Amino acid sequence: MDLTHAPADEEFRAEARAWLAAHVPRAPLPSLETAEGFAAHRAWEAELAADRWSVVSWPEEYGGRGAGLLRWLVFEEEYWAAGAPGRVGQNGISLLAPTLFDHGTAEQRARVLPPMATGEVVWAQAWSEPEAGSDLAALTSRAVRAAGGWLLSGRKTWSSRAAFADRAFGLFRSEPGAPRPHQGLTYLMFDLRAPGVTVRPIGRLDGRPAFAELFLDEVFVPDEDVIGEPGQGWRIAMSTAGNERGLTLRSPGRFLASAARLRELWRAAGRPREARGRVADALVGARAYQLFTYAAACRFLQGASLGPESSLNKVFWSEYDLALHETALDLLGAGGESADTDWAEGYVFALAGPIYAGTNEIQRDIVAERLLGLPKGRR
Amino acid sequence: MRFLLDTEQRAFADSLRAMLAAADTPAVVRRWSHGEHARGRALWQRVADAGVFALAVPEEYGGLGPHPVELAVAFVELGRCAVPGPLVETVAAAVLLGEGAPARRFLPGLAAGGTLATVAAPGGYALDGDAARLHLASTTEGLMLSPGPGPVRSSLDPARRLTPLTPGGELLVPDPPWARALAWARLATAAQALGVGLALLDRTVAYVRQRTQFGVPVGSFQAVKHRLADAVIALEFARPLVFGAALSLRPADVAAAKLKACEAAYTTARTALQLHGAIGYTAEYDLSLWLTKARALRTAWGTPEECREAVLGDADDG
Repeated sequence: MDLTHAPADEEFRAEARAWLAAHVPRAPLPSLETAEGFAAHRAWEAELAADRWSVVSWPEEYGGRGAGLLRWLVFEEEYWAAGAPGRVGQNGISLLAPTLFDHGTAEQRARVLPPMATGEVVWAQAWSEPEAGSDLAALTSRAVRAAGGWLLSGRKTWSSRAAFADRAFGLFRSEPGAPRPHQGLTYLMFDLRAPGVTVRPIGRLDGRPAFAELFLDEVFVPDEDVIGEPGQGWRIAMSTAGNERGLTLRSPGRFLASAARLRELWRAAGRPREARGRVADALVGARAYQLFTYAAACRFLQGASLGPESSLNKVFWSEYDLALHETALDLLGAGGESADTDWAEGYVFALAGPIYAGTNEIQRDIVAERLLGLPKGRR
Repeated sequence: MRFLLDTEQRAFADSLRAMLAAADTPAVVRRWSHGEHARGRALWQRVADAGVFALAVPEEYGGLGPHPVELAVAFVELGRCAVPGPLVETVAAAVLLGEGAPARRFLPGLAAGGTLATVAAPGGYALDGDAARLHLASTTEGLMLSPGPGPVRSSLDPARRLTPLTPGGELLVPDPPWARALAWARLATAAQALGVGLALLDRTVAYVRQRTQFGVPVGSFQAVKHRLADAVIALEFARPLVFGAALSLRPADVAAAKLKACEAAYTTARTALQLHGAIGYTAEYDLSLWLTKARALRTAWGTPEECREAVLGDADDG
């Protein structure tokens, strides 16, 4: 058992650290949930991509560095420690790309991945629907066969980044009579500016359009934008949701950096005694999350599958993130109300954590039933 | 990096667990709680024969160590089976006796199991002084070999018998490595608490699967599931802190592990009691052996606040 990185990984760390020190913007970028901020973040993605730092875990042919999971964790530690901006391309990079690597065609990978890596095409996710939140099997948006492709109709909502993004990916019901609700779903990519698409930005709690509602009226999608076999969308979506996604949805590097910033904030506030415990807990929680992730990554690299562990992980990080930001706002006192701070932006973002990506209630059910073997029953 | 237990470490845990599970530890604990130590001493000898105490003792003094990771592995199993006695205190004693003459005099017996040791911090109680043969007191003068224990005071955990130590005695080590001993003691306590929490979780999961209300197992109710999910989340995020601390033995890491593992065990104890209902509130039901230990370990070798202080103290240097 050891926690030391291989020398080559430490060299990789040093290289990343040096690059970040030279390139990270000195002033924070504007919120990526504004048009101005979105453009600034897109430019940052392009700068990262120019030196192959935007997608370090991808193969080199698509703009990556072929970094393994442990090296990716190292990169994330350096990235967030350097105070680098949030990633506007994250939905595509962490949700769509792994699916394309597993189930896409060579043509799809060659066409979709390079512009994703540079931020030229930013992706939104189109999973949720008004009547289907964590219950993806209840989706009703349709994909109907047409010459050379499919016609999409229906309504998607809570589509993160869709207010300013270029394209989206999601599941559509292609076989309405399928015997079980999660059968007959097809995984498709579509253009948010295609005829028949209406994007209605939705303001989140602070009014910023962090997500959008999508109205789809016979939107044509060519066959080349179907991922995997038609009708197999559920299986395809789930196969990448359970494993690495659980590890990469929130990187430990981000929380280690946030906890260090919180400690600075606490010191700057004169080390108030009443916040001491919460600040210490934030430091401990970030370390726990880092070590848990390292252990999970090591198991994953040995071939284990990480099903219910990603649910443990989701509940932990989402509640951790919220507690950390609540502590920061309390430390800022009356100044914590000011919406134009990184902490306020982070707080509003963290409030959504226990709700999205499968609510924490759903995740606790998964933990109890799949990890502890408790019987299914009344919700 | 390979932050996973290896095959040998897992086999060590499995064999220790099998040995302890076969030893009917609840019966041993109940006797121990009444000051009847014979069966406890016999069990102690088997734990020592498995090499547990030797892991904290250097080879030159009859040990196998120091091996903090394996020690943590062992203490998880000792906690899981609620093994009674001054387990952590014996580890702390091994570190405090350091090297040289006191080490040569006491460590071989301590590693081999013949010597049960206990330690009192300044102004504090020693655990199980009535059962221990070696009574060490940490005082301003140094580490003293106390003449013996005072009268037993009861603990919230009946298996933990608190004894003041008689002042005076022989000065063994003028400048004992207290910080290092505290790190080892906190590591062992954290691992023990993790084991206690895991046992409470296992027993409670088994109970809610078979206990029915309104015609269905209570474990099918979401309110029950969510409490148990929170318990397993707390325990599983404490586990890597314990092994991370064993690897580094840095004061902040050890304090973090002690804090999280003890809080997780205590959360699990509260959940276990709630979900068992009145049966869990009785001394005659075995669950009580772990419930009370979770509470006692929470403040042993550092309260939550002291541990948080250590976490921030180290952070101040960084």
